[in-house]
Amino acid sequence: MTYIESSTLTAIAKDYLEELKKRNDPLKARDRLKIPLQEMPSQDPHIRAKNLEEVATGYTEEQAILEAMRCLQCPKEMCVHDCPVMVNIPVFLKYIADGDFQSAVDEIKKTSLLPAICGRVCPQEVQCQLNCTVGKSLKDVDQAVSIGRLERFVADWERKQGTVKLPEIKPETGKKVAIVGSGPAGLVVAADVRREGHEVTLFEAFHKLGGVMRYGIPEFRLPNDIVDEEIETLKKIGVKFQTNFVVGRTRKLHDLITKDGYDAVFVGTGAGLPLFMGIEGENLVGVFSANEYLTRANLMRAFEKDKAATPIYSSKRVAVLGGGNVAMDAARMSLRLGAEKVYVVYRRTEVEMPARKEEVQHAKEEGIEFLFLQNAKRILGDEKSRVKAMECLRYELGEPDSSGRRRPVVIPDSEFLLDVDTVIVAIGNGSNPLVSQTTPDLKVNRWGNIIVDDNQKTSMERVFAGGDIVLGAATVILAMGEGRRAAKAINDLLAEDLKKNQS
Amino acid sequence: MNKIIDKKQLSKDVFQMKIEAPLIASERQAGQFIILQIDEDLGERIPLTIADADEAAGTITIIYQVVGKTTHELSQLEPGKYLPVFAGPLGKPTHIENFGRVVCVGGGIGTAPLHPITQALKNAGNHITTILGARTSELLILTEEMAKLSDSMIICTDNGSAGRKALVTEPLKEICSQDPKPDLVIAIGPPVMMKFCSLTTKPFGVKTLVSLNTIMVDGTGMCGGCRVNVGNEVKFVCVDGPEFDGHLVDFDNMMMRLNSYKEFELHNHNCHLENQMSSLEKKL
Repeated sequence: MTYIESSTLTAIAKDYLEELKKRNDPLKARDRLKIPLQEMPSQDPHIRAKNLEEVATGYTEEQAILEAMRCLQCPKEMCVHDCPVMVNIPVFLKYIADGDFQSAVDEIKKTSLLPAICGRVCPQEVQCQLNCTVGKSLKDVDQAVSIGRLERFVADWERKQGTVKLPEIKPETGKKVAIVGSGPAGLVVAADVRREGHEVTLFEAFHKLGGVMRYGIPEFRLPNDIVDEEIETLKKIGVKFQTNFVVGRTRKLHDLITKDGYDAVFVGTGAGLPLFMGIEGENLVGVFSANEYLTRANLMRAFEKDKAATPIYSSKRVAVLGGGNVAMDAARMSLRLGAEKVYVVYRRTEVEMPARKEEVQHAKEEGIEFLFLQNAKRILGDEKSRVKAMECLRYELGEPDSSGRRRPVVIPDSEFLLDVDTVIVAIGNGSNPLVSQTTPDLKVNRWGNIIVDDNQKTSMERVFAGGDIVLGAATVILAMGEGRRAAKAINDLLAEDLKKNQS
Repeated sequence: MNKIIDKKQLSKDVFQMKIEAPLIASERQAGQFIILQIDEDLGERIPLTIADADEAAGTITIIYQVVGKTTHELSQLEPGKYLPVFAGPLGKPTHIENFGRVVCVGGGIGTAPLHPITQALKNAGNHITTILGARTSELLILTEEMAKLSDSMIICTDNGSAGRKALVTEPLKEICSQDPKPDLVIAIGPPVMMKFCSLTTKPFGVKTLVSLNTIMVDGTGMCGGCRVNVGNEVKFVCVDGPEFDGHLVDFDNMMMRLNSYKEFELHNHNCHLENQMSSLEKKL
C-alpha cells in the first residue's frame, strides 16, 4: 500500500459511482463485492510529518456512499455483535448508501454518543470489521466494509452542518451522581445518567477535560476540537464539570457519598501509572515514559515550543520501546517535534504488534523505522548522564505463550548499539493508585485494578467503576462499553431509590 | 480559580502567598503539596509544598523561590488576582506519631515544607530540635515560627551573618553523637543538603526522612517524570512520596535528572530577560 493523493481517490470514486448509477437493475451481492474498498484520504506523509494537523482527512461524500454500498446487509450482523456498544451498523450504512447522512448519524447516536471520536480511534479491525461478511468473502479482514471511517464521515458531516442534536433529558429526579475522571468511560456515564434526569457532576484532576483523549492521543490522530465539541454537548444538557479536583485527595471518595450527598459514584480514573522496563540506565536524562512525553506535547502544548512554558526534550535520534498505539503516537509525535531519526523497537514481529494497522502504516509512510525482534538491554549515558546510546539484543520467535502469541527468545551474544539520544518507554500502564490509596474499602486486584461485578459495581455501596482502572490499559471503545453498563446499573439503582421514596 | 489573598516578600527571591482554597485547607496534612499553573492553556504545572493552612479561613500558604519563568510570573501577581489551576493536596502525608526526640533540619526554602511537619510532630508530643541553615541571614525564612515549635533551635549560615558559621551537617553530627541519639531526623532543603544530612546520620543509624522536589508534570502518578531510585526500587515522588528514607535515596541520580531541562530553562529565562528589556525600551 503506497500513498495515494486524496484528489485521485475522490476522482476514482466519483467515476465508479457514475458508472453504477447508469445501471437499471439493482446491485447484487456479487456487484457489491466488486466495489473497491475506499482508502482513507490523508495528508502527504512528507508534509504531515512536520505538522500536527489530522493525518486522515476523511472520506468525501462519493467515497462514503460507495463504501457503504459495499455492505451486503447480510442477516448475520456480526458487526453489531462485535461492537462493544452494539451500534446498529447495517442500518446506518444503508442510510449512507442512500445519501441520507442525517438519519445515519441519528441511528448511531441511539447507542454511541461519541461517533466522531469512536470513528477515529476505535480498533475496528478487531471489533465490528473483524467478522464482516464482505471481508470473509474476500478472504481478507482488511477488505471488510470500513465501518469506522463511515462512522467518522457522518459524525463530521453533522458537525459541519451545525445540526448536532441534543439528546432528550427526562424531568429532574433530584438524585445526584459523581463521576471521577473525564475520559471516555466517564463521559459515557455522564451522558447516560444525565438523560435519566439525574444531576451529574464530573470531577477531573487535570485542568482540561477528556482524559486520555486529551493528554495521550495526539491532535494528528484526534483533534482537540472534536473532543471539545463532544464535551460541549454534555455541558449543554446540564452536566457539570469540576476541573483541578483530585478525588482521593481534594476530597475522599466516601466523603462524596457521606458528606456531599451524592447518591452514586462512578470511578473512571484510567490506567495512568507508566510501566518501565527495569533495565540499567532507565533513569538517565532523556528517558521518558510515553505518558510523560505525550502529556508534555499534548496536554501542556509543548509542541508550540515558542509559546508553551512546559519544556520538551530536544531530540535528534529517538528509540520508542513497545508496539502499541501509544508507541506509534510517541514515535510520530517525536518526529513532529523535530527528531531526525525515529526507531520503534519491538521484541516480537509486526504480526504480533498490538497497534492498529492503520497507525503502523501511517508511521511507516512518515519514515519511522521499525526494528522487529529486537529489544533494549540497557541504556548508556554520557558524562552528563544524558542518553548517548541504547544497547539492544536480537530475538527469535519460539513457542506460543499464555497469550497465544509466539514467545520471543533472546539470541545469545547478539548485542549491538543503537545510536540514540532519547528513549521513550511505551510498554503499558499500571493502574493509578490515587483513589485506591485513600479508599481502603475499595477492593483492588494485585495489579491495582478495581474489582467489579457484572454491573460494574465495586466492593463499596453505591460506587461503580469502569474503563482502564478496571480493565488495565485497553481502548476508548471498551471503556465506553463499560461506562454504558455502569450507567445502566446506576440508573437502575436510582430508579429503585425513587420508587422506595414514593411508597 | 483560586484567589490570591495575601502576598509577602520574605527575602530577595522568596515570596509567601496566602491562597483561597477551602477544600485543600481542610483536607491537607503535613508533608503534602499542591500543583499550580499561571496560565490554563500554555502554563506549566509546578509543584509547591503547603507551608501552612487556615481551615477556618479556607486558605493555604505557599512559599516559593523565584527560580524560573513560572515562579517569576507568580511573584508578579498581586492579591485579588486568581490562579486558573490550583490542585491538591497531593502526595502522601507525613507519618506522624510520638517518636521521641526529633531533629528538624531546614535548608533555605526547605524550611517552608518543614514547618507544617514540625507543627504536627510537636502536636504529637515530640521533643523538637531545629536546625535552620542558609547561605546568608537574608535567606533564612520562618525563623520565628520555627522557634515557637522548637524546644531548641540552632541557626547556621555559610558566611556567619547569622548564628553559627557552619553547614547544617555540623550541628547535626554533634546532636547525633550525643546520648541519647535522636529518634528521627527530618531534613528538607536543596538536594545536596539532604544528601549530606543523610550521609551524616547514616553512621549513627538515625532514621532520616527527606522530602524530594523533583520535576513533575501531572503530580498524580501519570507521567513518571518524578521517578527516583530508592533502595533497589524506582519510586514516583508524586504518589509514593514526597518523603523517603534519606539513607536509600540515590541523590546523585536525582540531581542529574533535575537538570534535564537546564538548557531549555536558560533559553526561556533569556527570552524573558529579552522581553523585559524590550518592554523597558518601549517605556523609554
